[in-house]
Amino acid sequence: MTAALLVCALAWLALGAAGAILSRRDAGRMVVYGGSLAVSLVALAIALGALGGRAPGVTLPLGLPGIGMRFAVDPLSAAFLVLVDLGGAAASLYALGYGRHEAEPWRVLPFYPVFLAAMNLVVIAADAYGFLLFWELMSLASWALVMADHKRAETRQAGFVYLLMASAGTLMLLLAFGLLAGPRGAYAFAAIIASHRPQWTADVAMLLALLGAGSKAGLMPLHVWLPRAHPAAPSHVSALMSGVMTKVAVYAFIRIAFDLAGPAAWWWGLVVLAAGAVSAVLGVLQALLEDDVKTMLAYSTIENIGLIFAGLGLALAFRADGLALAASLALTAALFHAFNHMLFKSTLFFGAGAIQHGAGTRRLSELGGLIHRMRVSAVPMLVAAMAIAALPPLNGFASEWLLLQAVLLSPSLPQFGLKLAVPAAGALLALAAAFASACLVRLYGMAYLGRPRSAAAATAHEADGISRAAMIGLASLCVIFGLMPALALGHLAPVVRELAGVSLPARPGWSGLTLLPVPARQSSYDPLLIALFIAVTSGLAALGLHRFGSRALRRAVPWGCGFLTAGDAALPAGTQYSPAGFSQPIRRVFATLLFRARDEVVMPPPGATAPARFAARITDPVWDGGALALAALINRAADRANRLQFLTIRRYLAMVFVTLLILLATVALWA
Amino acid sequence: MLAPFTPGATAFGLAHVLAGALVLVSLMMLYQDRLPALVNVLALHAALLGIAVGWQAWLQRAPELYITAAIAIGFKAVAIPLALHRIIERLDIHREVETVGGISLTMLAGIGLVALSLLVMLRTAAQADALAREDLALALSVILIGMLMMVTRRNAVSQIAGFMMLENGLILAAAGAEGMPLVVEISVAFSILIAFIVIGVFLFRIRERFDTVDSAALDAFRGELQ
Repeated sequence: MTAALLVCALAWLALGAAGAILSRRDAGRMVVYGGSLAVSLVALAIALGALGGRAPGVTLPLGLPGIGMRFAVDPLSAAFLVLVDLGGAAASLYALGYGRHEAEPWRVLPFYPVFLAAMNLVVIAADAYGFLLFWELMSLASWALVMADHKRAETRQAGFVYLLMASAGTLMLLLAFGLLAGPRGAYAFAAIIASHRPQWTADVAMLLALLGAGSKAGLMPLHVWLPRAHPAAPSHVSALMSGVMTKVAVYAFIRIAFDLAGPAAWWWGLVVLAAGAVSAVLGVLQALLEDDVKTMLAYSTIENIGLIFAGLGLALAFRADGLALAASLALTAALFHAFNHMLFKSTLFFGAGAIQHGAGTRRLSELGGLIHRMRVSAVPMLVAAMAIAALPPLNGFASEWLLLQAVLLSPSLPQFGLKLAVPAAGALLALAAAFASACLVRLYGMAYLGRPRSAAAATAHEADGISRAAMIGLASLCVIFGLMPALALGHLAPVVRELAGVSLPARPGWSGLTLLPVPARQSSYDPLLIALFIAVTSGLAALGLHRFGSRALRRAVPWGCGFLTAGDAALPAGTQYSPAGFSQPIRRVFATLLFRARDEVVMPPPGATAPARFAARITDPVWDGGALALAALINRAADRANRLQFLTIRRYLAMVFVTLLILLATVALWA
Repeated sequence: MLAPFTPGATAFGLAHVLAGALVLVSLMMLYQDRLPALVNVLALHAALLGIAVGWQAWLQRAPELYITAAIAIGFKAVAIPLALHRIIERLDIHREVETVGGISLTMLAGIGLVALSLLVMLRTAAQADALAREDLALALSVILIGMLMMVTRRNAVSQIAGFMMLENGLILAAAGAEGMPLVVEISVAFSILIAFIVIGVFLFRIRERFDTVDSAALDAFRGELQ
């Protein structure tokens, strides 16, 4: 089984080579994306077969001498394989249609299959060496894809920042694995688990993993690259990066913190939970302030990663205190949300790609009324937006509900720090969920409803059939897993059992479709019942509106703001509610302090005929105060180090000599 | 360090004395501040090395070591010092006095280096027999003192001397450690020769252009005044 996955990876790599050769021809796109789709489906089938089980490992005689390269599939990696390959298959299908609009396909085609292969290989790697190698390959391949549109200066900057952050993250993971492997160099995961080491190495390794994997996943404040790099890539790659690659980072964290590092200290959970909750709130707040559709979706990814990490933090805390059932609930919630996020975030990015191509712009303030021109793709977008806004009966609600149920179990934790922090984090998560709803209402309302805000939006056209098929497929999965979350939870049970000790109890038959968190007497959630209720009530409401509302007399007002007869042309642009206006209350309340949001109104001098101008400015303290300051610091240090290039020969000799002496002294003192 | 026949402790003791004498001469070189005297001590250094290697050749019954000894005495003790003397005369620098860092400080550093190499060898080669270990320690201190010389001197001729001292230390270590192939030795010897030629040619070029053999002039030429 593992060997079959390796063959799939080889097939992807071969497709990459084919892409490099055929990239300038039309057939190249069909070969690469079609081939990637086929291989992804095969790998998905293998992964589905491997779910819950353990496949014998494979050791390849590659890599460092004497270490080799091990691959294995256990329940955790099988679950993430399903996620990766389902996302990969959907993105490949979408790209079959969307890729036609690629300006420079030769910058995308060779790297796309390599990216897929690298993500698969990271998940099935069973030693530190292979893991880091493919992690780095994943980073590099995605960097190349980000740089596809390298002519824009912002893209180049995003690529540079991404490269820096990816290298720093890999360094953190390298150090974490080094600590775990110990002085004997036990690099195989099995050997790491079997070895005994002092607790402080596990503590430091967990923190390093949080930094390394967190920077790739987009945890605050290591997220600065993400909202710049993810939107810069072509849309199907954005979907892969946001929906799938961040999950590979989640996998890396789970693998190290839950599996390799051994028993957790209680404060691990606190650190992870805090990082997750802060990311969730700040991420979605920034999404709410953003005008670019894809950047907004990238910020929303930070929010969802925050939710996932909050779940993981809860699971760590519960597990450290021996509350296995509560830990399994939190872990199930985190894993389920990771899967759900892949489904709806990919759909949303596909939709954003359709908007970008169909309307020629990604700015919300230039869109509007797309539901009339993109009738089909508006439906999966609506479903995905509702799912990510956590509306029942969709899958996003199911996983966030489970997460909040886990938060409610916090009184049983013994440490006072956790007792106080978990409810606070729960409040932050609830705030994030509310912001997310506002954010998605804003996205859908501004882009699809109302009237067009620009000529480009007025003449937008629908996406092609294949792209729509990919969107509809993922959106229907959102509905299916929303109505029957037990389907997914049953498959996650072996993973949770392995990492948390026990899994949520499964119940047979129809009653199994109702979600019952740990204490059954507290609450339960029956999605089918809720769906029925929603269908009945909204059906009645629609019926009522149509029966009684349509009879009302309508008249067009001469001033045209009644919209009825004035027509699109009569309506001056800018009279509609704008995206900036929609988010203004939240911007003023929450972002004035956090992001130094300022509204500026420039009035023309009296008598002038120029229009008044309104501008809303926000600054990201992490970017301006953190990333840019850090970059300046690095530049200065590089300038200093540059002087080493111009020393005298004697000084170079002296440096060699002193180094030798220090090494000898080290040997003499510690050997 | 087992030879086909086992010479008595005196024989090893003599090898030890020779190695120790080499270290002593190395330290002597550190406080020579006139170039002709420095070259004379260098010749003494090489001659002592030749005797030490020859003694090792007899001890180990290794005839190829005689060749090494002959190279040491012929080239390094006679030919190269003669050439250096000629250079010094032609450049007219035999009166020059160098003061880099001060003699006493340099001597102290040299003694520290000997202590360091003894310490290193005691720690790392604990399982080797005592004589071989100390031989290696002495060779290492010769190497380190050679490097110290290269670092502290500014004149190119003294830098050559330091470099050759370093190389003598290497050969001492190799001869004591038994089994260094002749090819390696010859190549080392040739590399020394080539380095000598290159540096010698270089010296004249520096002199022609800058009217001094102080290598700081080169740095000034690069625009990097120190």
